[in-house]
Amino acid sequence: MTELRTLPAPEKVPASGGKSRGGSPRAGGRKRESRGTLAFSRSARLKAMAKHAVLIIAGGIMIYPLLWMVVSSLRPNELIFREPGLWLNSLEMGNYTDGWSALTHPFGHYMLNSAVVVIGSILGNLISCSMAAYAFARLQFSGKKLFFGIMLLTIMLPFHVIIVPQYILFSQIGWVNTFWPLIVPKLLATDAFFVFLMVQFIRGIPTELDEAARIDGAGHPRIFLRVILPLMVPALATTTIFTFIWTWNDFFGALIYLTDPEMFTVPVALRAFVDSQSATSWGSLFAMSIVSLLPVFLVFLFGQRFLIKGIATTGIK
Amino acid sequence: MSAISELSSMSRRKRPATAEEKRANRRDNKAAYIFLLPWLIGLVAITVGPMFMSLYLSFTDYNLLQPPEWTGLDNFTRMLGDARLHNSLRVTFTYVLVGVPLQLAVALLIALVLDKGLRGLPFYRSIFYLPSLLGGSVAVAILWKQIFGTSGLVNQVLAMFGITGPGWISDPSTSLGSIILLHVWTFGSPMIIFLAGLRQIPNMYYEAAEVDGATTLQKFWRITLPMLSPIIFFNLVLQIIGSFQSFTQAFIVSGGNGGPSDSTMFFTLYLYQKGFGQFEMGYASAMAWFLLVIIGAFTAINFIASKYWVFYDD
Repeated sequence: MTELRTLPAPEKVPASGGKSRGGSPRAGGRKRESRGTLAFSRSARLKAMAKHAVLIIAGGIMIYPLLWMVVSSLRPNELIFREPGLWLNSLEMGNYTDGWSALTHPFGHYMLNSAVVVIGSILGNLISCSMAAYAFARLQFSGKKLFFGIMLLTIMLPFHVIIVPQYILFSQIGWVNTFWPLIVPKLLATDAFFVFLMVQFIRGIPTELDEAARIDGAGHPRIFLRVILPLMVPALATTTIFTFIWTWNDFFGALIYLTDPEMFTVPVALRAFVDSQSATSWGSLFAMSIVSLLPVFLVFLFGQRFLIKGIATTGIK
Repeated sequence: MSAISELSSMSRRKRPATAEEKRANRRDNKAAYIFLLPWLIGLVAITVGPMFMSLYLSFTDYNLLQPPEWTGLDNFTRMLGDARLHNSLRVTFTYVLVGVPLQLAVALLIALVLDKGLRGLPFYRSIFYLPSLLGGSVAVAILWKQIFGTSGLVNQVLAMFGITGPGWISDPSTSLGSIILLHVWTFGSPMIIFLAGLRQIPNMYYEAAEVDGATTLQKFWRITLPMLSPIIFFNLVLQIIGSFQSFTQAFIVSGGNGGPSDSTMFFTLYLYQKGFGQFEMGYASAMAWFLLVIIGAFTAINFIASKYWVFYDD
């Protein structure tokens, strides 16, 4: 569905143009009759209204389950299986207090664990990926093409192919039930996606700036730290936000490496919650699910610009 | 623009070095390898090393306690006769082959509706994008488990219309569908990529087509689709690779067992059970390599097929 705001073609618009596609048969039908700009702007308005209607309905369906979960977490338990609406008669905070202390540790403990892993991962990705990206984007060295190709390929490598030996390796070092297996790979730039994202970004920075710094006698560490890094803040922000969300949500890694409840991150704690509870405590389960989604939601709210830019320019979920 | 187009262009043509590159051809190997050091260590110790290690393990019997015992092709012949593995392949293929096209179709459709100067675009975009950020979480999988439960939200709504819905996730014939729906629900990120792609199609093409009296549908088939085909291809490759590795949702919704009656037993879930449930590390490694081969084959087919339908405007 492209645009209709251009003037109607001099020839008669073929009939099939009228019943184009979902949403607005009426608007299309009017288009055929319209000749004057007044009538046309009316059809364009109808068209826009039809679009809005489609989007509001689709968006409503998309977001409804989430809203319903929020509302349900504030309801007495028995209503969760009886009340599909969003109306709240009273505000019930009991689910939150129950859920918070339902596991061996208060839920805040798991959030703290997650925070440690997240912060470690973010620092790791920022440092290691930006260094690698600088080399790929700005330096000439033997084997560059080969390494760059390998780096791109590792973006697409399924995690499962390396998880067994990785587990064996980390368990032999005695790192099972520590956060190291979740953080150390990030310190070693294994999230190659971010290397690529930063390479793309650095390529967009004019090389004249490096040249100028070089003429002033700056070496590569200095150019990297003083010229490139300050200019690639948007790419660093995108990396930070994506790392935050992916690490916060990461279930598989935590499931494998963290088996001691003391060390649980939020996703594995939630999973333990699901397993330990019978169907009677959905309210508190929902409540803790909301708590676990809250940080991601906040990051989304404030970092949306970087997220959307990051996806649009490099395209990964 | 993307990792994929970069890779394919690396293989497609050799660009002659520009003057600037030739001038800069003095190499700074030492500096480069220092900058690359963390990545190189990671590549060897975390990625490529373990890859070959798992290739070796796939020819062995290994339970973490005794040292690996070489068994030749045993693991692979065993896979040939493993009915649960065949079933898990069927489940995964269904998920990928239904879920990915469906998700991309919805993403494209909404992107087309959203495209170009619609008031409130940022708002709509946020609404549609949010689920794709939350969709991979355990919390949303828990929500799904309730929504599609026997007396969950979906059936409560259906009951208002007098319909008694099935127990979506407890019924083997609908459980996979519920998880596919969760995948479709996260169409936001491919949608954003489509939106960015749509914005790059020059307006003059549409104007020229309009002068020639093209219909909306003709414009879609003759301009939008060909111009967007690299982006569609990119989304397709990434989503297929990602979907083959899908794990969390099926794990949580089924309570970790891939049930009911293995109807949501994804290949990755079975791999997890073999490797980390029963500690058959050799067999799990063989499965992992099989998965790699499958994903590689799909990606290769995608690349080969792309020559016939992807249109590069350069």
